[in-house]
Parts: sequence; structure tokens; C-alpha cells
Amino acid sequence: MKTRVLIIEPSEVVVAGMCTLLHEVSRFKVLEPVRDIRDAAQRVIASRPDVVLLNPTLVENLTDVLGDRHLPVVALVYQYVEQLKLRRYDGVVDIRESRGTIAETLIAATTAAANPAQPDGDTPAGYELSARETAVLVLVAKGLTNKEIAEQLHVSPHTVMSHRKNIVHKTGIRSVAGLTVYAMLHNLIDESTLI
Amino acid sequence: MKAIHYDSGRKMSELITAEPGLVLILQRMGLALGFGDKSIEQVCAQHGVSAEFFLLLCDIYTHEGFAPDRERILRTPMGQLVPYLRQSHDYYVLKRLPHIEHHLHHIAEHLSERVSTVLLRFFTLYKREVAEHFAHEEQLVFPHVERLQRGERDNTYRIDSFVEEHGDLEDKLSDLVQIIFKYLPEEATTDDAVDVVYDILQVSNDLNRHSVIEEKVLVPYVKQLEQEVCGR
Repeated sequence: MKTRVLIIEPSEVVVAGMCTLLHEVSRFKVLEPVRDIRDAAQRVIASRPDVVLLNPTLVENLTDVLGDRHLPVVALVYQYVEQLKLRRYDGVVDIRESRGTIAETLIAATTAAANPAQPDGDTPAGYELSARETAVLVLVAKGLTNKEIAEQLHVSPHTVMSHRKNIVHKTGIRSVAGLTVYAMLHNLIDESTLI
Repeated sequence: MKAIHYDSGRKMSELITAEPGLVLILQRMGLALGFGDKSIEQVCAQHGVSAEFFLLLCDIYTHEGFAPDRERILRTPMGQLVPYLRQSHDYYVLKRLPHIEHHLHHIAEHLSERVSTVLLRFFTLYKREVAEHFAHEEQLVFPHVERLQRGERDNTYRIDSFVEEHGDLEDKLSDLVQIIFKYLPEEATTDDAVDVVYDILQVSNDLNRHSVIEEKVLVPYVKQLEQEVCGR
């Protein structure tokens, strides 16, 4: 079944670009985009999306758009948005990112929402860290900032943020100190790299 | 959520039987056990503690998500608040954390040296963080409150700058639980591992209520005091 994506964004250029890009990824079905935020709540009900791609500058509270629904919402970013605000989203897509990265973020947000953390021991494949996430984890454990990690991996800070969010979700560990222990336990780093 | 859930005319023994977790509060407020059939009001009076304040703490402890409204904060005598918070700090630092550390050392014996080093280092850093956070409150915030309570104007501090760091302290404890639950090699998951997880969950819960008391009682109360005493 295809993942139904609802884009909520006023700019025609951004909407057109995003639609084109997502149309090329066969797993997505792009729903009729919402250009006027006032229509958003209504359209979320009517079009039954699996994931919402929303310009975070349009709303103060996600509940204004979602009501009491639990839907993954990914922030669609092309200007400066406070980090604090972005934390409320299930992922962040920067329009400057590659199609692959954007698709990955959307899929990760949708999968995460469909499989809330399970306390039992079995680890579905979706809980393994991807190669990219492992790379980010190692740099986090070494004490690098998001900006430094972004530079080193040649990605945007938003991408780093979204990887970090996935790492936290998959490992259940939030603090840098805790992630360092995790990295050590999995032989991803050794003592000499610790600061 | 509002409403008082306990009545001070009720027997103390009934309250504690219904909510055994509240013995921690008794201990911190210096209310001795062995209260026979005395009411909550009588036990509190005997030890010079305000029953209203005691019941406020009981409500916070037993009802998750409970926060008192402004009116209740204003009418509750708060003389015991700072001593209570100091007592809870001592409880974490002098009793619970050393206990957890003791178990961790046992667990570490089953781990390779590099892993045990990093695990114990995590906890040492955590303890340091807790100590710094508490020291900040004890040296700066609490004396400010006490001066205001004596009616002295005090411009050395403003409660607006109260930094809430408990969230971070709880996160790290939860990380430790995750690590022990999910990632320790099997040979290290002995009885100690179970004990330590149980201990951490209890401390986390307690720390959570502690931050509710600070954020939802201390901060609004001191704001009001600052206005009354310093006139703004």
C-alpha cells in the first residue's frame, strides 16, 4: 500500500517542486496539496493522509491542524525555524536536500508512527540503526555538535537532527553520555576517541 | 485536575495503608511512624507540620499530572517547603544514588574492563551533574526564598531565572535503564541488574514529583512572595 502524503504549504513553487520529486518515488501517493492553512484541518480529515508535510511557520500548535488525530507530521523547511519548534515534528525535510534523503525522512516518520516503541526484547528490522545513523551516532558520541557533524558528513544540520531523532527513537537513549555508552557497548568507538 | 483527595480528619494509618509510597514524605517531614489511630491533622500538629502542606504533597505524589491551582498555593502554609526540598536532595544524594552505584559496581564485575569503565564513568558524571544542580538550588534559590519568607527584601536572585534541569536528570536515569535492559551482555544481567533497574525507576518517579513541586509550587509561590515583599 502506498504512503499517502499531504503537503500543506502556501508557496506554489515549493509545492510543485515537492510534488514532482515525490511522484518519482513510487511508494508515495501525493494527495492534492493544501495551499491555504485555513483549509488544512478539514483536508486532513477528508483526505486521510499517512503523513503530513507541513510548513512549520504556518501554525503555532499542531493540534490546530490535526485536531486529536495522531498522525506523523514532518516539517517542510526552507527558511530559519527555531529548533525548539522543530522538535515537535516527527522529522524535518529541508527542500535543499536530495530526493533520497527527503524520501527517507518521510518513510522514517511514517514507520516510527506505525510502530511505537515496544518494550519487549524482539527488535524488528526497523530498529537497527542505518549506516548513516551509525555514522552520526559515532560523531555524537565523540562530542561533536550538530553543525560539526553536518559539515563532516556533507549534509544539512536538519538532516543531522532528523538522524538524531531516529537514533533516540530506535535506541531509547536520549543523552549524549548515554549514547556514548551505547557506542562503546557496540564496539563503534574505543576509549581513545573519548574526550 | 483539582480537588482535595484526602481529608485531614482521616486516620493517618489509613492514608499510608492506601498509599504506602507516602512513607517517604513522612520521613522527609520528620513525621514518626507509630501513629496509632491519630488523624492526619493530629499527627501533623504533634510534629509542628501544617496538615494542609502535607496533604498538598500527598496529592502531588499520588496523582500523576496533578498541579495545584493558585488559590490552593496561596492558602497553604509554605514554611516547610524549603526544608522538605532540602531533605529530598539529601535523600537522593546520600541514600539512593550511592545505592544504585553499589549495584552498578557489582554489574561492572561481569563486564569487560573497557565497558565497565565507560558505564561507571557515565554514572560518575551523572552524580556530578545532580550534585551541581542541587548545589545551585541550595546555595542560591533556597536562601532567597528563606529571606523573603522572613520578610526581607532580597535582590540577589529572581525566581524567573529558575533553571529547570530535572528533565535532563530524569532522561539520564532513563538512559541507564535502557542500557541495562537492552544492551548489557547477558552474563552481566544478574540479580543486581534487576535490583538497580527497580531502584532507578523508583528514584525517577520520585525525582519527577520533586520537579513538579519545584515547578508548580515553589516557582508560583516565590513569584507571589517577591511581589509582596519587594513590591513588584
